[in-house]
Amino acid sequence: MTLPESLSESLSELGAESEMQAHPSPSVASNLSIQDMKNMLAQMWIIRRFEEKCGEIYTAGKIAGFCHLCIGQEAISVGASQAMGPKDTMITAYRSHGHALARGLTPFQVMAELMGKEGGSSKGKGGSMHLFHTERLFYGGHGIVGAQTALGTGLAFAHQYRNDGGVCMTFLGDGASNQGQFFESMNMASLWNLPILYIIENNGYSMGTAVSRACSGGPLYQRGMPFGIPGSLVKGDDVLHLYDVFTTMLETIRTTSRPMLLEIDTYRFKGHSMSDPGKYRTRKELDEARSSRDPLFILSNYLKERGESDEDLAQFDHQAKDITEHAFAMADAAPEPSTTSLWEDILR
Amino acid sequence: MTVLQGTTTLTVRKALYEAMAESMRADPRVFLMGEEVAQYQGAYKISQGMLEEFGPKRVIDTPISEYGFAGIGVGAAFHGLYPIVEFMSFNFAMQAIDHIINSAAKTLYMSGGTITCPIVFRGPNGAAARVAAQHSQCYASWFAHCPGLRVVAPYDAHSAKGLLKAAIADPNPVIFLENEMLYGKSFPVYETDQPMSLDKAIIQRQGRDVTVVAFSLMVEVALQAAEVLDEEGIDVEVVDLCILRPWDQETILKSVHKTHRLVTLEEGWPVCGIGSEIIAHVTDHRFDDLDAPPVRVTGLDVPMSYAANHERMSVPCVQQVVQAIRSVMGRG
Repeated sequence: MTLPESLSESLSELGAESEMQAHPSPSVASNLSIQDMKNMLAQMWIIRRFEEKCGEIYTAGKIAGFCHLCIGQEAISVGASQAMGPKDTMITAYRSHGHALARGLTPFQVMAELMGKEGGSSKGKGGSMHLFHTERLFYGGHGIVGAQTALGTGLAFAHQYRNDGGVCMTFLGDGASNQGQFFESMNMASLWNLPILYIIENNGYSMGTAVSRACSGGPLYQRGMPFGIPGSLVKGDDVLHLYDVFTTMLETIRTTSRPMLLEIDTYRFKGHSMSDPGKYRTRKELDEARSSRDPLFILSNYLKERGESDEDLAQFDHQAKDITEHAFAMADAAPEPSTTSLWEDILR
Repeated sequence: MTVLQGTTTLTVRKALYEAMAESMRADPRVFLMGEEVAQYQGAYKISQGMLEEFGPKRVIDTPISEYGFAGIGVGAAFHGLYPIVEFMSFNFAMQAIDHIINSAAKTLYMSGGTITCPIVFRGPNGAAARVAAQHSQCYASWFAHCPGLRVVAPYDAHSAKGLLKAAIADPNPVIFLENEMLYGKSFPVYETDQPMSLDKAIIQRQGRDVTVVAFSLMVEVALQAAEVLDEEGIDVEVVDLCILRPWDQETILKSVHKTHRLVTLEEGWPVCGIGSEIIAHVTDHRFDDLDAPPVRVTGLDVPMSYAANHERMSVPCVQQVVQAIRSVMGRG
């Protein structure tokens, strides 16, 4: 199977042609059956509708505190999760609903956690930023910007120490790429040949500060260069292409036991968090992104070209709405965690 | 405690080495990382010989990147390893305090009990000799403040060895505060068949008139003060707190119930110190046991000065403790 043009979008427009040539291999997506692709579309719809529901009920006061939505960035967590091997680990920061759902936490477990209810994946004690799924090797869910880069490097250290063949996928934002510990981590990952893929989800803004106002020097995918870590840039809207890139890079890392870096050019359709008035970008910029960069639209179009009907594809959206509504209803009806659990899980 | 083979004599340095080496021989998941721990044989020679025995995979020299390697240790602990992270000095752990508190101490709670972090952060803490403010400070109360941590500060070689082995085997993050001044001192060490408890204070000297609670190097100061006062007919009980979180409230309350008088002793600053916590707890729970207001002896509330006379003034000495005990005995 060869990928249609839309899926193997040229990276040259992004100015990263030379860095990218070594890594993506368009043939890898042939591993995916149409059913796999439909499953990925279904997952992306669940994340989209789940996040929209979060926005709605946050406004209604059902979710409190911080709540960072990933609408527009769904392809990244779904493509990555699909590419992960059975021993590979994943870790990210606080924009973690999509990653947690892609790794297999149920919408109820996540929703109950966001609402601080019993049955939440962290028993209601972590909230939006602290989702974990250890059985599926998802290590959170961390609220300190950049902390996950060192923690992920530690997961990679454990892969190497145990010689288990696993690779750690460590996600960070463009904002976290300015934290000192990211550079400390890359230095040690390279010194010690750790199997890690650093993935910068560059959505253009660290909260409200545009990348151009926060990051000096060259593009972010080059930030590993001083440490001998090769970097690549890819667009984040096409889940099948992302799956390709992730799969190829994971295999390269598994073979070479050398760290790598991937920058993903992505865009969040919503604010940084629920309290973001969005004054740092224009309506026009946002509308253009929504119309041209929607990962659900791109995958749906591809599946249509492959003969899937509009009606069949619409089912995924309907199911996602039902699943989300059901998860919300269950979480809304669930009790708050027991008062005794306040005192549990402090020491083992 | 069952004594198996009588007594050997070890320096605290050697006791700490034996704790790590024995733990690493017993459990392949245990490893040591830190600055100069391998090829240099340890800045304070605690890890001398370990690189040769265990190899570079398990005795790892890090770059000077405390924030980074503390986080790497925590991540490795999340995924099933048992790291020992050495700080050349706990002053440098301030670079890493985010990972110690936000990542190591809180993740078990934030994950609803699903992610454990069996890690030991160890190294010298407290006043050193003539190195000024940035290299000479007691961090005991900083760490003891935080739920999710165990905090250990041993005095002699026996507890240095036993408590470090227990800390390494423990499934929780443990802050293990050593003291540079004690590394070269020798103490008897008893071979035992069971691990030391991480929640028990140790009564170093039995007495009936006054309880002195101290930890780390200050236990030595308390014992010396007790000898001085013995000649005056004051019988001092010296409790080595050794575990600062969760600390052994029962042993302290029992001792105060017996002696009716309490003095706390620490190198650290007085404000929100370990002594403040102990005295607050004792007055909350056993106010009626007390025959006199408890007294804190602490380091002075100033950054450590370089000048020799200033430094001597800043850290508690035997004479200060003697005075404090006399005052709670009404003989001040």
